[in-house]
Amino acid sequence: MTDSRPVLTMTGISKSFPGVRALHNVNVRLFPGEVHALMGENGAGKSTLIKVLTGVYDTDEGTITLDGESVSFSGPMQATAAGVSTVFQEVNLCTNLSVAENIFIGREPRLLGAVRWGEVRRRARALLARLDLDLDVSAPLGSYSLAIQQMVAIARAIDIKARVLILDEPTSSLDAGEVAQLFRIMRQLRGEGIAILFVTHFLDQVYEIADRITVLRNGGLVGEYLTAELPQLSLVEKMIGKELDVLEGIEEHSRRDLTALEEGTPLVAVSNFGRAGAVEPFSLTIHAGEVVGLAGLLGSGRTEVARLLFGADRPDGGQVVVDGTASSLRTPAQAIDHGVGFCSENRRAEGIVADLSVRENMILAMQAARGWLRPIPRRRQDELVDRYVKALNIRPADPEVPVRNLSGGNQQKVLLARWLITEPRLLILDEPTRGIDIGAKTEIQKLVTQLSDGGMAVLFISAELEEVLRLSHKVAVMRDRQMVAQLANDDSLDADRIMQTIATGSHREEADR
Amino acid sequence: MTTGSLTAGRARFRLPRRQIPVLATLALLLVMYGIGVSQYTAFSNVQVIFNVFIDNSFLLVVAVGMTFVILTGGIDLSVGSVVAMTAMVSAWLLQEGLPAALVLVIALLIGPTLGLLMGCAIHFFEIQPFIVTLAGMFFARGMCTFISGSSIPITDGFWTRMSQERIGDPRGNFVSVSVLIAFVVVAVAAYTLAYTRLGRNVYAIGGNSQSALLMGLPVGRTRIAVYTISGLCSAIGGILLSFYTLSGAPLIAVGMELDVIAAVVIGGTVLTGGSGYVFGTVLGVLVLGVIQTLITFDGSLNSWWTKIVIGGLLFAFILLQRLIGIRYK
Repeated sequence: MTDSRPVLTMTGISKSFPGVRALHNVNVRLFPGEVHALMGENGAGKSTLIKVLTGVYDTDEGTITLDGESVSFSGPMQATAAGVSTVFQEVNLCTNLSVAENIFIGREPRLLGAVRWGEVRRRARALLARLDLDLDVSAPLGSYSLAIQQMVAIARAIDIKARVLILDEPTSSLDAGEVAQLFRIMRQLRGEGIAILFVTHFLDQVYEIADRITVLRNGGLVGEYLTAELPQLSLVEKMIGKELDVLEGIEEHSRRDLTALEEGTPLVAVSNFGRAGAVEPFSLTIHAGEVVGLAGLLGSGRTEVARLLFGADRPDGGQVVVDGTASSLRTPAQAIDHGVGFCSENRRAEGIVADLSVRENMILAMQAARGWLRPIPRRRQDELVDRYVKALNIRPADPEVPVRNLSGGNQQKVLLARWLITEPRLLILDEPTRGIDIGAKTEIQKLVTQLSDGGMAVLFISAELEEVLRLSHKVAVMRDRQMVAQLANDDSLDADRIMQTIATGSHREEADR
Repeated sequence: MTTGSLTAGRARFRLPRRQIPVLATLALLLVMYGIGVSQYTAFSNVQVIFNVFIDNSFLLVVAVGMTFVILTGGIDLSVGSVVAMTAMVSAWLLQEGLPAALVLVIALLIGPTLGLLMGCAIHFFEIQPFIVTLAGMFFARGMCTFISGSSIPITDGFWTRMSQERIGDPRGNFVSVSVLIAFVVVAVAAYTLAYTRLGRNVYAIGGNSQSALLMGLPVGRTRIAVYTISGLCSAIGGILLSFYTLSGAPLIAVGMELDVIAAVVIGGTVLTGGSGYVFGTVLGVLVLGVIQTLITFDGSLNSWWTKIVIGGLLFAFILLQRLIGIRYK
């Protein structure tokens, strides 16, 4: 690697929001001619760091230097002008304008106030030629693929004599071929001496392109490493960290004999189920009373699997067998008919109706299943709600308070109750314990084991491996949008082995014993 | 770098699809004109076309202003009332004996001022353009009746000269001064949209205002500017209307904003913003004018047929835009 001095340094950066310490004493160094990967799980502080760097947020503490001089940007525009350009995950260009105009709008060459279109096109062609891109610069940007649009965004960014280019998850919606195109351009820019800060969730991509890696966890700096000196397994360990075993409430419950469960007809069996751009085709069998854990890093396709099984997204193909007969799961209504319930990961946007009361929120799914013309009698409502408020220990125990007044953990329990009332046969829980306190977490975990004892099948998605291990009969491992392994949860399985599978993607044949 | 030049991403469409709606309008106009010529011998007279321009010059000017607004994805419902208010204020001030030049200046300031205020309300308070301009519409209409409950005739010399002046060729075909003014407005607007940063920012905001903001474009300033431009065009339209009718009446141009929106949309400007041309708006106004002329020539048809045909066309064009929009994605 280059031994030259860093072009940009961030030293001792701290940033707090009310009640949250988003960044604590973080250092990052960007060297010219290097691709520097910024890694970390959700909530590790990556986006905050980028926003601090580009001046969207002020720092509470710490200094940023560019070429050895202390800088403080007032916003992305000023950062861009100083040579620090950012290309965001979502392409922030106007698809209705031409390629050339998207590169130059706001700083078009003009003559007496009139835009010189010929000059704009000529310069755009020259710039794109530098990136080895051959596009029709007069065509509307929207007529090109997302990958090309991303590269046009990069062209716009580097036209302003960029020294530092920040790419915030540029590959999250690109396919393999498009990623290759992007990497070609990144290598070229690296060759020109530009420092690139590359944020991604894909491990393979990091090892393909990055020279240096900085890992963040929970707002703190874990360390800066040269890619060549950091094996994938250690990287995953550093990102996830070792889970502290504070959950004493649950006994070793689920390491039961799986063979007993697997004798009957599977409740749901899918094969070759997949969706282009979301998750590669996978096969999965779930039996009644079985808890299937879904492990993997953020963005590895966990939620996509859940959405496919619930019919929220349409699969491209594949077979579905429910109770031994061929069937389909193409809409949520169909899935609900088959007895599938889905507790979304995004409980604020997709789950809870904040202004409705606890009772109304709980009744929602059952009422929807009955049809709106057959209201549930109030007495029955009260009965059900009462039972679940008690069973789940929801506080405050008043079913008439608006859900917005409840804590995150209690909101999650209300959401759970909503699906439990419909008595699903397969309950999909997407990150049910994220962002809630330990007590509520323990209660939800207990509930999952009770439900499975009662014969309900559960697909349990969580980023916390300890939790997955504690609850699941079987663990399916996701990696880079692929289900790479399904591991029986016997004595040989531990967090290290799952981590290893996530890191190396060892195949089912080797791993499934 | 062994992959060589990248050609995989060639643009998929050769026909500039953003121009399809405009071309469709042009074809429609030609077909309608053809029907007129084949059915009525007098229809081929050049003066028929000139009359369409004379009768619709104020509509054209207002539609040009509306094109700016709709290109940003907004809407301006106040235009009809502002036209009426401008005509009303002119008639009243002339009646009060103010000199024509001063009246012109005052009348031309009212519209843009109201537009500026509405633009500020839309931008700074993030209120829907629909509701802000609806308020503007009621306000301006109320001001008309506040000035006078009945029509005020204009007898001023400058106004009557503007009204009667005929600019023509030796064979007796002619247009009014208003038509020339409308053409100047069209030319200035077309240049502004195609060649100035203001114009390009209008398109960018209509395409994706969030992106425009992140690209460092002056979104707020541009948004306020388009409502001011629309107000100015309405004011000019109001003056032209007062040339045309030689009066100011409180209930004139009621519902005109809807005709204007129809003309802009039939002219190929997409209601969600970002795509459209002033030339299309000219065609849209002509389509409305030719429909009226056809119905007048027929003589037996009720004038409500104009509305029915416009309704049908509007629906067809919205559908066309939607289909193109869907295929775009």
